[in-house]
Amino acid sequence: MKPSRFRVQDLIKYITLLIGVFVVFFPPYVVIVNAFKSKDEFNASSSISLPHSFFNFENFNIVFERGGLLSGFGNILVIIVVSLALNILFGTMVAYALGRFSFKLKPVVFGAYLIATIIPSITTQVATFGIIKGMGLYNTLAAPIVLYIGADVIQIILYLQFIRNIPYDLDESAMVEGASLFKIYRSIIFPLLTPATATLVILKTISIYNDMYIPYLYMPKQSLGVVTTVLMRFQGVNTADWNLICAAILLILLPTVILYIFLQRYIFEGVTSGAVK
Amino acid sequence: MFSSLSYNKQKTIVIVSFLLIPLILLATFTYYPAVKLIYYSFTNWDGYSPEKPWVGLDNYKEVFSNPDIFKVFEHNFAYFVMGIIQNIIAIYFAVVLNSKLRGRNLFRILLFLPYIMNGVAVAFMFGYVFDTTNGSLNLFLNSLGLTSLGETSWLGTDGLVNYSLASTGLWRFMGYNMVIYIASLQAIPRDLYEAAKIDGANSWQTLWKITLPNMKPVIQLNLFLTVTGALEVFDLPFVLTKGGPAGASETYVQRVVDTAFAYNNYGLASAMSVVLLGFVVIVLAVQQFVLSRGGNK
Repeated sequence: MKPSRFRVQDLIKYITLLIGVFVVFFPPYVVIVNAFKSKDEFNASSSISLPHSFFNFENFNIVFERGGLLSGFGNILVIIVVSLALNILFGTMVAYALGRFSFKLKPVVFGAYLIATIIPSITTQVATFGIIKGMGLYNTLAAPIVLYIGADVIQIILYLQFIRNIPYDLDESAMVEGASLFKIYRSIIFPLLTPATATLVILKTISIYNDMYIPYLYMPKQSLGVVTTVLMRFQGVNTADWNLICAAILLILLPTVILYIFLQRYIFEGVTSGAVK
Repeated sequence: MFSSLSYNKQKTIVIVSFLLIPLILLATFTYYPAVKLIYYSFTNWDGYSPEKPWVGLDNYKEVFSNPDIFKVFEHNFAYFVMGIIQNIIAIYFAVVLNSKLRGRNLFRILLFLPYIMNGVAVAFMFGYVFDTTNGSLNLFLNSLGLTSLGETSWLGTDGLVNYSLASTGLWRFMGYNMVIYIASLQAIPRDLYEAAKIDGANSWQTLWKITLPNMKPVIQLNLFLTVTGALEVFDLPFVLTKGGPAGASETYVQRVVDTAFAYNNYGLASAMSVVLLGFVVIVLAVQQFVLSRGGNK
């Protein structure tokens, strides 16, 4: 192999990578430049030209005032924190009970979780809707929370996979010292499941923050808007004002992008371990 | 107090108390809806009346005989096609970024970025990009001199709209597939490549004889995810086109939601959901079969 061929190969690689990066960044670029344009400036300029100033925050103020974005952020934060906390608690509990003990009904419980993974919750919403209404949870923050806990079982599978790699010797030596099973769960199993918990936090935060279907269906009330439904309403009212919509889009993209910049290594790890299962 | 009990008693208490609430949740929000869904599918319930008249298999007959309902899957097909292209691009970039290349970590970070972006925000972002008159895509095409292409109505043309929408999905999820492919590439033992080098294989042969065969299980997994993902598409067309123009971009799930919540035909919507559920289960069963066969080889 001659060195010159290598260079041609590398050149092709870089060109395709740069095309890829261009395609990835073209839409956000358009949103960014237009979010800083006033209405007149927006109408007079091309949609891919730079704004006069990147310090024109007027659009963002309007979005916050009119759009109810703050309560959208607040609601989604509550939903994420509560559902994650309960997911972690119940997920580790189930993993401990199923992963460490054998009992008669264990295959049944295990099978129930495995079969649940193949029922996509999007297909059963027509029936779930009536159940949520019947429980009086319609139009409350509890509706998405119970659905994110009860209708998604990825956390159980994740923890069950992970607990297998925690040596049982640890439990045994704690038992020799007379520790109760509850103490073993709390001070040995729970802390050692932390890597799986980190994966779970990352995957679920992204999916809950991005979910539109459940909040749209179960919380139509104005005050219960989350980022996705707030953005949809804001767009519905301001259809023609693309400079305002661009500002709203940017504000909603920002939190996850910032998290990504700081946590990208963990996010990559979480995504791969979540997918390969 | 608890610790003074025998381990056998503790075990029973832990099993019961740790599983009780999670199993109630699982039953209430996964199995109970599935059972109810099947029951509704044999009725023509309107969603609010107390009586749910039994109609037998009528809803299923309607699903399979009404061409309007099954035709919607043609729209979903676009997402499958773009999903395949998405996987090919992802494999290409994964192989490129797995080679010795300056800045490969940076490229990986940049190409993965769309995945963490909010889906609704991305949908509106592309709504602006695809806009016929003010849209930046057409503006960009015009500035490249492609004026005939630059007048395309990306979201307003019948056959095209689904591919435009699906390409948004490609934009958003390519990096996700890529990261998974990179992980599978890194799991291929180095000595395989060294042995190939000693045998005088060129990089093209290495790719076809070592890299791709070793990626096979992950590629299969991703392809099955592409199929189920294409069957379940909902949010993108719902947000961006509301199924328009004139229903040309309506997907199956959107049709189910409309049938239930807009036309109050819960019975038919339930039957449609059961059919979709059946398709997904079939795809996953085939997947299990194919993957386990691959593992035994």
